[in-house]
Amino acid sequence: MTRRQLWLRFIAHIDPPLLLGIVLLMTVSLMVLHSADNGGWGRPLNQSFNIVVALTCMWIVANLPLHYLMRIALPIYIFGMMLLIGVALFGDISHGARRWLNIGVATIQPSELMKMGVPLMMAWYFEKNEASLTLKNHFIAALLLLMPVALIVRQPDLGTAILISASGFYVLFLAGLSWRVIGILLVAALASAPVLWSMLHDYQRHRILMLFDPSQDALGKGYHTIQGMIAVGSGGIVGKGYLNGTQTHLDFLPERTTDFIFAVYSEEFGLLGNLMLLGLYSFVVGRGFMITANASTYFTRLMAGSITLTFATYAFVNIGMVIGILPVVGVPLPLISYGGTSMLTLLLGFGMLMSIETHKKLVKT
Amino acid sequence: MKKYVELKNQQREIFHFKLRLATSIGFILVLLGILLARLVYLQAVRHDYYQTLAESNRISLVPIVPNRGLILDRNGVVLAHNYSGYTLEINSGKTANLEKTIDELSTLVNITQKDRKRFKKLLTERRNSDTLMIRNRLTDEEVARFAAQQYRFPGVEIKARLFRNYPYGEKTAHLIGYIGRINQTDVNQLEENELAANYRGSDYIGKTGLEQRYENELHGTTGVEQVEIDSGGRVVRMLSRTPPASGNTLVLSIDAKLQDIAEQSFGNHRGALVAIDPNNGEMLAFVSKPGYDPSLFVDGIDSQSWDELNNSPDVPLNNRALRGQYPAGSTVKPFMALAGLYYKIRSPERTISDPGYFNLPGSSHQYRDWKKGGHGIVDMFKSIVISCDTYYYGLATEMGIDNIFNFLSRFGFGKKTGIDLEGETSGLLPSQEWKMKRYREKWYAGDTVSVGIGQGYSLVTPMQLAYATAVLANNGIGYKPHLVREIRSSRNSENRLLEINGKFDLKLNPADVDLIKRAMVAVTQPGGTAAQASANAGYPIAGKTGTAQVIGMKQDEKYDASKINERHRDHAWFIAFAPAEQPKIALAVLVENGGHGGSTAAPIARKVFDYYLLGKIPTPLPDTEENEDDQHD
Repeated sequence: MTRRQLWLRFIAHIDPPLLLGIVLLMTVSLMVLHSADNGGWGRPLNQSFNIVVALTCMWIVANLPLHYLMRIALPIYIFGMMLLIGVALFGDISHGARRWLNIGVATIQPSELMKMGVPLMMAWYFEKNEASLTLKNHFIAALLLLMPVALIVRQPDLGTAILISASGFYVLFLAGLSWRVIGILLVAALASAPVLWSMLHDYQRHRILMLFDPSQDALGKGYHTIQGMIAVGSGGIVGKGYLNGTQTHLDFLPERTTDFIFAVYSEEFGLLGNLMLLGLYSFVVGRGFMITANASTYFTRLMAGSITLTFATYAFVNIGMVIGILPVVGVPLPLISYGGTSMLTLLLGFGMLMSIETHKKLVKT
Repeated sequence: MKKYVELKNQQREIFHFKLRLATSIGFILVLLGILLARLVYLQAVRHDYYQTLAESNRISLVPIVPNRGLILDRNGVVLAHNYSGYTLEINSGKTANLEKTIDELSTLVNITQKDRKRFKKLLTERRNSDTLMIRNRLTDEEVARFAAQQYRFPGVEIKARLFRNYPYGEKTAHLIGYIGRINQTDVNQLEENELAANYRGSDYIGKTGLEQRYENELHGTTGVEQVEIDSGGRVVRMLSRTPPASGNTLVLSIDAKLQDIAEQSFGNHRGALVAIDPNNGEMLAFVSKPGYDPSLFVDGIDSQSWDELNNSPDVPLNNRALRGQYPAGSTVKPFMALAGLYYKIRSPERTISDPGYFNLPGSSHQYRDWKKGGHGIVDMFKSIVISCDTYYYGLATEMGIDNIFNFLSRFGFGKKTGIDLEGETSGLLPSQEWKMKRYREKWYAGDTVSVGIGQGYSLVTPMQLAYATAVLANNGIGYKPHLVREIRSSRNSENRLLEINGKFDLKLNPADVDLIKRAMVAVTQPGGTAAQASANAGYPIAGKTGTAQVIGMKQDEKYDASKINERHRDHAWFIAFAPAEQPKIALAVLVENGGHGGSTAAPIARKVFDYYLLGKIPTPLPDTEENEDDQHD
C-alpha cells in the first residue's frame, strides 16, 4: 500500500464540507478563548487538547459501519437508563440536585450519555417497525423518550431534559408524527403549564421569572443577562476589535469562557462578526440537512435529521440566552464554549453524520 | 405486483420525509431570523444606549454587605456581636513590590510576623481581585499616621469594616464556633446552592458551631447600590440603592453564666459538660474543655498558632462534648437496671451474692468487681448505690446483647441526638450485626459481660449521656435537644419561637422508673459513691458515678492511680439530675483522666446545680486537688 493509498483510506470516511465548517468554528473558539482569558493561553491550550480528543473520537465513529451504529443503539440506551436509575437511587446529592454517579474512579453524569442514546434508540425503534408504522409506534417511541427525560427532570436538570426532549421530538417529527397529534400535544403542553410550574424548583422558577425582569436579581443570574446584553449591544456593527472588548477585559462579564462566550465574541466582532458566525453555523446545519436528505435508510435519515436539528437548537438556545430572549439555562455554545464534555458529545454526533454520508457511498459503488 | 407496491411505498415515504425535512429547515430559518432580528436590534438600533452604558460611564453594582445577626443567651447576654474597626488593606494588583511596600508600611503601623504570614496565606487563597487585609483593628493613631502618608502607597487603603467578636472567647468556642474567610470550597457550595449572589461582597461565612449551622439565618440579605463609575473606576454618582437586611438574631437556651461557672469548675482538667432542661430539651450549658480562642480563626489563622493548637496534647480543637467518644463506664448501670426490669429479667428484690468476680458458666476467666472480695449480698437498689460490677455482669449475660441493644438505643445510645450543631458523632452501641460487619466475627457471650458495665465495645459522647439522663429524669418522655430557642427577625418584630419537636414517650413503667430514681438519689446520700460532693445541697440530687478505663488491665494487675502516667488514668463520669422529684436540669460531666467520678466529676455538677437551682455563685474558685479515698467510682 502506497502512502497515498493509506492517506485515501484514512480520509475515506471524512466529509470534507462538514469538517471544514467544524474546524472553522473551532478556530473561532480558540481565538475567542484567548481573548476571554485576558490574553492568556491556558484555556486555548486546554481547549486544543479537548479538540484533538474529540476529533479522534469523531474519526473513529465516522469509520464505524452503519449496521454497527444500529447494533449499539439498544445497549447504549439500556446502559444509560440503568445509570439514570442508579443516579436516582444512589447518586451523589450535591445540594439538592442528584446528577452525578460515583463509580469509584470518577463521577459521571449519565444524562450526557443520553443526549446521544435517546435519539439513537428511537431511530432504531422506528427502523425496526418501518414496514407498518402506526400511531401506536409513535406512542411507544414517545415513551422511550419520556422515561429518561422524567428521570432527568427529577434530578433536577431542567436544561438537559429540555434538550433531550427536543432531540427526541425531532425524531418523532421526522418519523411522520401527524400534525393533528402535534397540535393536540401543543395544546396539552400549554394547558399543563401551570401544573409543570408548580413542580419546578424555586430556583428554576426564579430563572424564568427573571427573564422578564433581569433587574429583579441584579446581583445573581440577572446580572449575567444584563452584562451580556450590554456587551453585545455595545459591540455595534463592526465590534470593538479583537482583544478590545471592555466588558470582557474589565471583568464585567461573568462565565465568559463557557456559557457567555458569545457575548465576548459579539462585543469584539460586532454585528458583522455575528453574521459570519451565524453563517458558519448555517453552513454546518445546511450540510447536515443535505446528508439527511441523501441518507440511504430510514434509521440513518432519522438519526441524521435529529443530530442536525439538535445542533441548531443548542446554538439557538445559547445565543438566545445571552441576548436575553431565553432564560439562563446552562447550555454551552456548541463547538465554541470551553469544555471537553460537550465538545466530545457534539463530535460523536458529527462522526455519525459522516458515517451516514460516507458508508452510503460505499454501499452504492 | 408486491414488489411494485413496496417500491411505491418507499417513494411515498421518502417524499413524506423530505416534506418533514423541509418543514424543519423552515423552522430553523425562523429561529435564525429571530436571532438576527434581536442582534440587529441590540447592535444597530440600541447600540448607542448600550455603548453609553459600556463605554463612557459604566454602571457598576456595588454590593452592600449586611450586618451579621447577633447570638444571645437565654437572658439576652451577648455571645457573638459585631464591632466596627479600621483595617489596612492592599490591592495586590495595583502594588508593584509587595514585600517592599509592607516593609515601608511597617514603619508607620505595627506589622507583626504573624500579620505577614497571614497576609501571605490570604494571597494564596484569595478568590477574587479584592483587596487583602494586612492589619486589622488599627488604633486611631495608626490610622492618622497612615492617612498622612497615603500618597506614598498607591493601592493601599484604610477601610472601615465590621468585626465579629465573641465576648466569652474560649468558654463558648465549641458552642458558638466562629466565622472565617470564604474559601474556594465555600464558593463552590454557595454556587451549588444558588446563594452566590447573596454573598457578593461578603468575606465571611460560618465555619463551625452555631455560626455554621445557622449561617442562613445569621448572614442576612445583601443590598445593592447601582453607581456610575468613570473609566478610572471612581464613583461618579449613585443611581439607586436597595438597602441590605441584617441577619436574624439567635436567642439560645444556653445560660451564659451557667456556662461560665461550669467551664471554670473544671479548673485545669480536660473534659466536657452538657446540661439539658429535661422538660423541653433546651440546652442549658455545653462545655468542652479546653477551648480555644475563636477570634484567631476569624481573619485566617497564622500557621504558628495553628500548629500550636493542632499539636497540643490537650487537643483543644476537639469538641469533646459533641464528638468525644468514651466508654460510659458505670453510668450505664441505671439504664441496664431499667432494662432488666423492662424485660422482667430481674425483679428488684432478687439478690446475688457477690464474691468479687463473675465468670461465665464453663469458663475460668474472671470478670472482676472493682472491690476486691465483693460487696456481699446485693439487690438492684444496692447495686446502683454502691455500683456493683458483678451484679451487672450477670444481668447483661442473662439479658443478652439483643435486648441490651434494643433498650439502650431507645435512650439514644449509639445514635446522634440531633442537636443543632454539625459534626455530632454517634458513639457506639454494639450489636451482633455490628460486630459481624466490623470484625467479620460472631458475637461471643464474653462480649456481652463487659457491655453490662459500660466497657467493652460500647462508646458514648457526653452529649448522648446527658440526653439519656434527661430522658430518664423526665420519666421516659424525651425531646430532641436544641440550642436555639428563638430567632428574632431583623426586618420586622416577628420572633420565631422554634417549636419543641421530636417529643417521644418510651412508655416506661412508673414503678420501675421510681425504683431507679430512688437508687440514684441514694447514690448522693451517705454510703453512696457521690455522697461527699452532694452533702448539704438543700435539694435532692439523683446521680450516678462512672469510670471509663483508658488502658486495659491484665487479669492479675491492680489499678493503681499513682503508678500510672496521668494521661493513662481513668476518665471520670457523673450523670445527674435535680431536684430529684421534679427535675429542672439534667447533665453529664466527663473529666478526662479524672480518676473517680465521685471526687472529680460530681463536684463540678454540684456547682452547676447550685447556681442553676439556688443562684449560688461558687467562691473561691474550685480546687483541683483530688482526694484519693477508697471510693471506687
